[in-house]
Amino acid sequence: MGGGRVENDDNGVKSKKTVFVTVGTTCFDALVKAVDTLEVKEELSRKGYTHLIIQMGRGSYIPKKSTEEEGVLAVDYFTFSSSIADHLKSASLVISHAGSGSIFETLKLGKPLIVVVNEDLMDNHQCELAEELAERKHLFYGRPQTLNQTIQSMDLETLIPYTPGNAMPVAKIINRFLGFPDD
Amino acid sequence: MEKGDECCFSIMTMPNLVIILIAIFIISIVRILVVIHQSRKPLHSLPPKSVSTLIVLGSGGHTAEMINLIRVLQRERFTPRVYVAASTDNMSLQKAQVLEASMLDQAGSDKLKETAQFMQIYRSREVGQSYLTSIGTTLIALAHALLLMIKIRPQVILCNGPGTCFPLCVIAFLFKVIGIRWSSIFYVESTARVNRLSLSGLLLYKLHIADLIFVQWPHLQKEYPRTLYVGCLM
Repeated sequence: MGGGRVENDDNGVKSKKTVFVTVGTTCFDALVKAVDTLEVKEELSRKGYTHLIIQMGRGSYIPKKSTEEEGVLAVDYFTFSSSIADHLKSASLVISHAGSGSIFETLKLGKPLIVVVNEDLMDNHQCELAEELAERKHLFYGRPQTLNQTIQSMDLETLIPYTPGNAMPVAKIINRFLGFPDD
Repeated sequence: MEKGDECCFSIMTMPNLVIILIAIFIISIVRILVVIHQSRKPLHSLPPKSVSTLIVLGSGGHTAEMINLIRVLQRERFTPRVYVAASTDNMSLQKAQVLEASMLDQAGSDKLKETAQFMQIYRSREVGQSYLTSIGTTLIALAHALLLMIKIRPQVILCNGPGTCFPLCVIAFLFKVIGIRWSSIFYVESTARVNRLSLSGLLLYKLHIADLIFVQWPHLQKEYPRTLYVGCLM
């Protein structure tokens, strides 16, 4: 996991560091608005990120697009895409809603992740997962209103890589229960 | 005279009817308890070569977890497989089809239709639907679930959380009680549930409908002692 500094390649050209924001199939305007604020964008630039790509899902808030300039984040957005996996792979930081699909996909790629909880959801059991994984230091966890503080205070070196789980124990118990012999 | 006869008739039959009803009631209760007791124990007899398996898929995260589980199950044992997903959810069955196709590629055969089937089921309640209209849609969903279950009669049911699985499991349990088909019901609680079971999980747990309930976080197992902790699937 890379640090927060701007990394220069051999030619001395500032390398591209992308922040990918994803809300999945949900509508999460509060998050899109939060990343579109000046404070958050400045904080991301300060941390060395150069590009911001927002997957805004079913939300109605349209962020401002901008091209790359010195010291300013380039911003782009789209609603849905079949290539979310590619965006995740090329990102240096992922900011995501609390859906378990997005969380585990990002963690398995070993990307630094900030999960932002959607407080507008009624049955908000999904924050349980993000809280637990944040306690285990696999990701950072925050709210839309305090996103810039979360970015400011995060130290990517403290993150512990996630070891993917495995369904073998369940399969074994089911096999035994049904009377199938162990392999 | 006639009046008196009628009177005697009803007096004579009433207690009989009540006794019959009570007897039926007691027999049903005993049968349900026997089924619950049997369900907890592993199957004793020699296993058949394979078991017909019903796999209930949910949306997004649920489906990803279930597919992780199917991937490690021996497909020659759990066959034929029937995948069921809500009719409003196109993605899940597609993912299952991709999975089945990839397993076929490994096996090098082309008998997809014999080993796997894909079906859709009406959802009893959409997210955000009012409780009043839910009653009607739930009845339709139940009737559809019953039709599907009569058709499939699986020996094993695998499910992991979407609301669609609850009516299917209840019907499977009733089949066990009546003696139509004995099926083993396995429920894997979603990894998103850290502190509390989901509504489906809780109902299957409290009503003793699932044979085994797996949870992915240790705290949850302590909260519900009859569950099995198996670590994270994802």
